[in-house]
Amino acid sequence: MLSLIVFLPIIAGLIILAVPASQKQAIRIVSLLAAVAQGVLAVLIWRQYDPTMAGIVAAPGGSPVGSFQLIERIPWISLNLGSFGPLTIEYFIGVDGLSITMVILTALISIIGILSSWPIQKQVKGYFILFNLLSTAMMGCFVALDFFLFYVFWEVMLLPMYFLIGIWGGPNREYAAIKFFLYTLFGSVFMLLVMIGLYFSVVDPVTGNHTFSLVAMADQHNYVAGTILGPGSVMWRYAAFIVLFVGFAIKVPMFPFHTWLPDAHVEAPTPISVILAGVLLKLGTYGMMRINFPLFPEVYQAGMYVIGIFGAINIIYGAFCALAQQDLKKMVAYSSISHMGYVLLGMAAGNSEGMLGALYQMFNHGTITAMLFLLVGVIYDRAHSRQIEKFGGLASYMPVYAGIVTVAWFASLGLPGLSGFISEAFVFVGAFTAPVTRPIAMVSVLGIVFGAAYLLWSLQRMFLGKRRPDALYELEKDEHGHEHIHFHDWNGKLDLDARELTMLIPLAIIVIALGIYPMPIMGMLTASINKLVTVLAPVASAAVH
Amino acid sequence: MFAMPSGAEIQSIIGTLRFGAGYFIPELYLSALFMVLIILDLVLGGRKNRTLAAATIIGLLGSFYFIFQQHALPDAEVFFGMYALDRFGIFFKYFFVLTGILSVVISMEDEQLNGQDAGVGEYYALIVAMVVGMMMMASSTDLLMMFLAMELVGLSAYVLTGYLKNDQRSSEAALKYLVYGAVSSGMLLYGFSLIYGLTAQTNISKICMELTQHGYDPLVMILATLLVMAGLGYKMGAVPFHFWSPDVYEGAPTPITAYLSTGSKAAGFALLMRIFFVAVPHVSEGVEDMLSIDWLTIMMIISAASMIYGNVVAIWQKNVKRLLAYSSIAHAGYLLLGIITMDKIGTQAVLVYLAGYLLMNIGAFYVVVLISNKTGSENLDDYKGLGRKMPLAGAALTVFLISLVGLPPTFGFIGKLMIFSALIGKGDLFMWLALVGILTSVISLYYYMYIPLNMFLRESGKSDAGEPRIGMVSNIVTAVLMILTLYFGLFFQPIAQFAGYSASMFGAALN
Repeated sequence: MLSLIVFLPIIAGLIILAVPASQKQAIRIVSLLAAVAQGVLAVLIWRQYDPTMAGIVAAPGGSPVGSFQLIERIPWISLNLGSFGPLTIEYFIGVDGLSITMVILTALISIIGILSSWPIQKQVKGYFILFNLLSTAMMGCFVALDFFLFYVFWEVMLLPMYFLIGIWGGPNREYAAIKFFLYTLFGSVFMLLVMIGLYFSVVDPVTGNHTFSLVAMADQHNYVAGTILGPGSVMWRYAAFIVLFVGFAIKVPMFPFHTWLPDAHVEAPTPISVILAGVLLKLGTYGMMRINFPLFPEVYQAGMYVIGIFGAINIIYGAFCALAQQDLKKMVAYSSISHMGYVLLGMAAGNSEGMLGALYQMFNHGTITAMLFLLVGVIYDRAHSRQIEKFGGLASYMPVYAGIVTVAWFASLGLPGLSGFISEAFVFVGAFTAPVTRPIAMVSVLGIVFGAAYLLWSLQRMFLGKRRPDALYELEKDEHGHEHIHFHDWNGKLDLDARELTMLIPLAIIVIALGIYPMPIMGMLTASINKLVTVLAPVASAAVH
Repeated sequence: MFAMPSGAEIQSIIGTLRFGAGYFIPELYLSALFMVLIILDLVLGGRKNRTLAAATIIGLLGSFYFIFQQHALPDAEVFFGMYALDRFGIFFKYFFVLTGILSVVISMEDEQLNGQDAGVGEYYALIVAMVVGMMMMASSTDLLMMFLAMELVGLSAYVLTGYLKNDQRSSEAALKYLVYGAVSSGMLLYGFSLIYGLTAQTNISKICMELTQHGYDPLVMILATLLVMAGLGYKMGAVPFHFWSPDVYEGAPTPITAYLSTGSKAAGFALLMRIFFVAVPHVSEGVEDMLSIDWLTIMMIISAASMIYGNVVAIWQKNVKRLLAYSSIAHAGYLLLGIITMDKIGTQAVLVYLAGYLLMNIGAFYVVVLISNKTGSENLDDYKGLGRKMPLAGAALTVFLISLVGLPPTFGFIGKLMIFSALIGKGDLFMWLALVGILTSVISLYYYMYIPLNMFLRESGKSDAGEPRIGMVSNIVTAVLMILTLYFGLFFQPIAQFAGYSASMFGAALN
């Protein structure tokens, strides 16, 4: 079933390949069907998932696949390398609490992405093939339990993303696309070296061969003394942790590796921004939780406060940058940086509360930011501009739009009752509890204030008050004396149309529902997060030395 | 004066030759093919380009049968220790025949080549001659034979490079190639003669024995090593012996560029591996030996310099053939990484990398030919907007280039993976080289992606009326090459296994 959810989009892509390019509607429908089927599968997986099983790592002496669920494990490549023993690569996928949340998020955001791609008219066939390829790669990353498989999916993501930004993006798209590509590749090539190093350092406890299995790698007992990343090889273990961390941090993106993000977002078309912010950024923090920290727990322990400081910088710096933006999309992009900072901070705390908050924040940020970018796209479609200063008073003319904007904006700033609040609260509880991050948390709280500032300020400038003299829309009075507005070159419905509502209403419901009752998602995480925390705990990492 | 050999001696010589011929069948077959092609060229009248090409392809395909037969034969040194039949050689025989076939396929497409007034004449025969020469380079076990094989390859290549008689660039390239080739041959020969002077042997395994038993003068040996490396470095196109390659690659007919950059380079590597692994004595730890350190240090510097120089200079290239020329310098650097490790996994990695390089490099040149047939140019600027007009060619070229960068799921990635595995398998000894390799491959992404960037992200300034049409056959060839590049990126087991089997030939020579 997991394989199906991963490869459905690629199957759709192959079908599209056979459809003539002129059949635009058919191409869209095939993609949508695949995404919806993915969504149905995600719901089935969610219903079937047993939240008491933790995953993360195999119990000593227990099953080599650990308490993962929906496991599919097939030998893929098997080579004899002479003195190194057999090289085995497995097609090994499965889910635990960390990945199932992300699987659900990816399925959800994929549907939203396809729906919001509906208006794309340029090279529809190519667009949807690349979109489906991207969708498969993202899903694959979240379920892969073999490092090699993970790496393949991770790299496969780059090329479709490059073209999706580069062909369908805004005026400065070439620059943004290649910048995205180079930044992420720079991060991931080091991952290749670390992956190979880990391979030579870890043996499968059952077969005694070297292995790429992340489940085996997460158990420090499987590392062989005297190997390059084995116990005692302090320098290389630190180096490996750092380059892996940088590789993932580029994706998050963490200050100072964040500069590709605003460029990419500003140039990317709306659906790609949604995917980028909704799913791709999570891959960075997911990678840290799945690979970076459990494989090098003692380095993680030593570096917690550094991660926390970077988290705090992300939160505050991102908020300040957002405050300064004139372009609404850029503001949302910087708000993403700020909000991913909470995830980093939660992970730096290293206790259950912080980790739980971080993972939940990843899910919530996915849904909330998807909404934010969709809403930015709505106004850009109409006005062909995103300058915050060029609007004003929109609330009276587009009430539905303004209403949903308010929900999204308030969710983003962490208003109690909406989902963002719960995850941020958990992050702060965790960060305050852990002695290491307590001072950092105190500073980071300021981020909430600045976050509220840029969100409320933009809300006020765009939606409240009166029409500005230089606004992008015309004001007209009809015979009854009612005021209407219309945008140049926009013949569609002024307020949200049916397609936009289909995307936004479910997201809004999720954001509100998970703010009131977070257990459907959070319940699935706790067992895995508790296990992760024990794996990362100093006691466990002491075994390394 | 030699004394006349007695009758019994002559009988024994004839016996040895007869015995050897049984191990030499593919080479004999291809030599016959060479002559058949020349005769066909004389006999056939009119437009015979296609017939000749088809005959070449069929003839080369036929040689697969004879090579396959050789699997059954035991490893042997024949012709008085001049020549060997072994798994390593067989791997390269397949490799060179395949390279030859693909080059002929590209040549059939190239309109510039086929549009010549004089026709193609002995062009295809020379390609076959080069296949024979390269096979012999990979299988020779004697310094003299190695030199002869290299000259056979070189001389055929000079003529092929200058085949576009009316194109000034082609003639210039041929002359440059010849001059550089002559100098490097001279250096190689000088190096060989020094080795002969030290050991009084020309057979490489005997040289190894002499060196271990009687020792050697390190200074002379370093000199000999340097000279041999210069000669081979020229064939491999590695820095600092690369000066010929951008001009030659740009000027030569594109199929020949593809052929040289794949076949001739691989032959250089095959020869290097044989000399390096067999002739140079290894102590058990390999690196502690005085001589090995010299070899290794030289190769490490050459490798790092090739990777850095090739990848950095490629950034500024505006001509696709020139760009690929610099990229092939960089790839020589990556390939050297596998040899430096001096172990089985490294050798296996080199063979896998070469197999991948064959597919992706030839594939890239194939698409370049298809495009230049339509646009008449190899300039990057003329690639603008082509992606929409030629979607399959554009997609395929993107796959080949991604494979050249070394991103999954392509064959090129597997090559890089195995090379870096071999390096890291040695612990932290070669970590700096791995870092250079990794960082330069990020640089390479920039210039490789510049081609798809022009093809897909930019619109053509010109409004040409005719929609370029590509023939059915060309589309199939492109698609097959693309699918193979992707397929072996995911399921590389058979090739890697065969490479491992071939690499195991060196056995005790490698640890």
